[in-house]
Amino acid sequence: MSIEIDHVNKHFRDFVAVDNVSLTFRDGELTALLGPSGSGKTTLLRIIAGLEHPDTGRIRFHGEDTTNLHVSERGVGFVFQHYALFKHMTVFQNVAYGLTVRPRKTRPSKVEIKQKVMRLLELVQLDWTAHRYPHQLSGGQRQRIALARALAVEPKVLLLDEPFGALDAKVRAELRRWLRRLHDDIHVTSVFVTHDQEEALEVSDRVVVMNKGRVEQDGSPEDVYDHPANPFVYQFLGNVNLFHARVHDGIARIGDVQLPAPEFQGYKNEQGQAYVRPHEIEVFAQREHDDALHAKIELVSVVGPTVRLELRTDNSEELVHAELAKHRFRALGLAQGGDAWIRPTYSRVFLPDERVSNG
Amino acid sequence: MPNLNQPRNVIPGFGLTMGFSLFYLGLVFLIPVAGLLIFTTTMSWADFWSAISHPQVVASYKLSFGASLIGALINLFFGMLVAWVLVRYRFPGKRIVDALVDLPFALPTAVAGIALVTLYASTGWVGQHLDVFGIRVAYTQLGVVVALTYIGLPFVVRTVQPVLEDLEAEFEEVSASLGASRFTTVRRVILPALLPAALTGFALAFARALGEYGSVVFISGNLPYRTEITPLLIVTKIEQFDYQGAAAIGTVMLLAAFLLLLLINGLQWWASRRH
Repeated sequence: MSIEIDHVNKHFRDFVAVDNVSLTFRDGELTALLGPSGSGKTTLLRIIAGLEHPDTGRIRFHGEDTTNLHVSERGVGFVFQHYALFKHMTVFQNVAYGLTVRPRKTRPSKVEIKQKVMRLLELVQLDWTAHRYPHQLSGGQRQRIALARALAVEPKVLLLDEPFGALDAKVRAELRRWLRRLHDDIHVTSVFVTHDQEEALEVSDRVVVMNKGRVEQDGSPEDVYDHPANPFVYQFLGNVNLFHARVHDGIARIGDVQLPAPEFQGYKNEQGQAYVRPHEIEVFAQREHDDALHAKIELVSVVGPTVRLELRTDNSEELVHAELAKHRFRALGLAQGGDAWIRPTYSRVFLPDERVSNG
Repeated sequence: MPNLNQPRNVIPGFGLTMGFSLFYLGLVFLIPVAGLLIFTTTMSWADFWSAISHPQVVASYKLSFGASLIGALINLFFGMLVAWVLVRYRFPGKRIVDALVDLPFALPTAVAGIALVTLYASTGWVGQHLDVFGIRVAYTQLGVVVALTYIGLPFVVRTVQPVLEDLEAEFEEVSASLGASRFTTVRRVILPALLPAALTGFALAFARALGEYGSVVFISGNLPYRTEITPLLIVTKIEQFDYQGAAAIGTVMLLAAFLLLLLINGLQWWASRRH
């Protein structure tokens, strides 16, 4: 079931939550709505679900207009960040809820409900918790039950609002891989909201980056990460260094370093900002290349297998962040307070006359 | 030398606060109650039995427990409704309504009783209209129920209100997204969540109504066998210097109320155990 969002607007008093958004989610796709808090991603999700009504614009499920359809008739599964499991019901009763509230005519028999609920509990690998109450389960288990409950009504679309936001890092990583595998099995059109770029890139087929109620970029995770459409997306997806750059005939110059910038073919002597990710900076202990920039190492932090450096170049106020593997760092013999030479290997330049946007 | 046997609690003052609580409970509650029971034991069993089983007294038990139960049930329903309105909607004068709920606590019960009888007498503002339909409130058992309902109103409202405020909209939203109608959501999601608090309020309103005296004696008319409540009989006996008879009836009230409250607490425990 595809979802079409057609010129949707929503404001709360004078705050514009969703600003003229048009998107289409294709059938069976798992899409991440990624953005900082206040970017309108949750509001958009709630509008799709029917929990909020748009000021203007339409929502269509598979071509059928559902804008004025009540949430209970829309056939969506909605999963909340804090699970929203009914505390006075057992796990079994929670999962069965959507089936037992149906009108008598369409309600499955007790036996059918039982079979279906147990099948779903097996799917989320929690069949042994059927007779427990939610407070007896861990956060990750509760969220899986919430998911089973949403799937019990066979929703046309599955909507998840920061589903892993309340969990600790390890459970979070496990659960998102599990969600990915689950989605590969059941193929229901799914949209999940997150502010965690790693989560969005890892789990989804497609990432929609939002900011200030607008869509900044819409593409595959690889596409969005490797080819950010604008400075906001560049900064939001991971750390980034900014350098002054001069663009001339398809070449960007950062100091003496020359990097290809084919999209600026034909531009003459334009000043712009070059965006370079920390792992796209080479670090040397000696001046091995003539064009490398000299810098002082101000801080060394070892994060597991990676080493993060904070460097200050001779002619810049800004710190430069660089990342390299620990064995490489050791081999170079770098030390905090010592000298180093750095050289960007890849950059993306934005000229100031392009739409300025940041978070 | 540190004491290794006694685990140290981070929160200090357990001994002091517990000691004071027991002392206080003993002074203002246990000693008077024990006094009542001990005084009752000075009676012979035959005297005791005849004091508590006199038909007039038995009729008053029925009225007191029956009217208190009806009043508390009415308050259970309307109290939840008032709490719902106060939590869920915004309307002008909401704070005033919120403050009014506590008024039955503050107003002397005799004042309330006189106000009710003035309103509900067959010539009163409300009573004259009810009279047309042949409904009499003042000086009837219905009047007793009205008075006991009035004094019990705040309990359910004040116990349910905070629980309802903490009940997040997510539960209702998730219920709706699973296809439940509004009515089903209220019945299967909201009411069960409020049940323990509502039962507490119900128990408090019931207990309060059992012991009520001031507001009832004016509106009931105190007709023997018909509209006499048990607390009134106790006062009457004291006025006749029948202290033992008063104590005997008091003991029955005490035990019956204790058993009923124990039952309600059991229900409440059962309801909240599942949360």
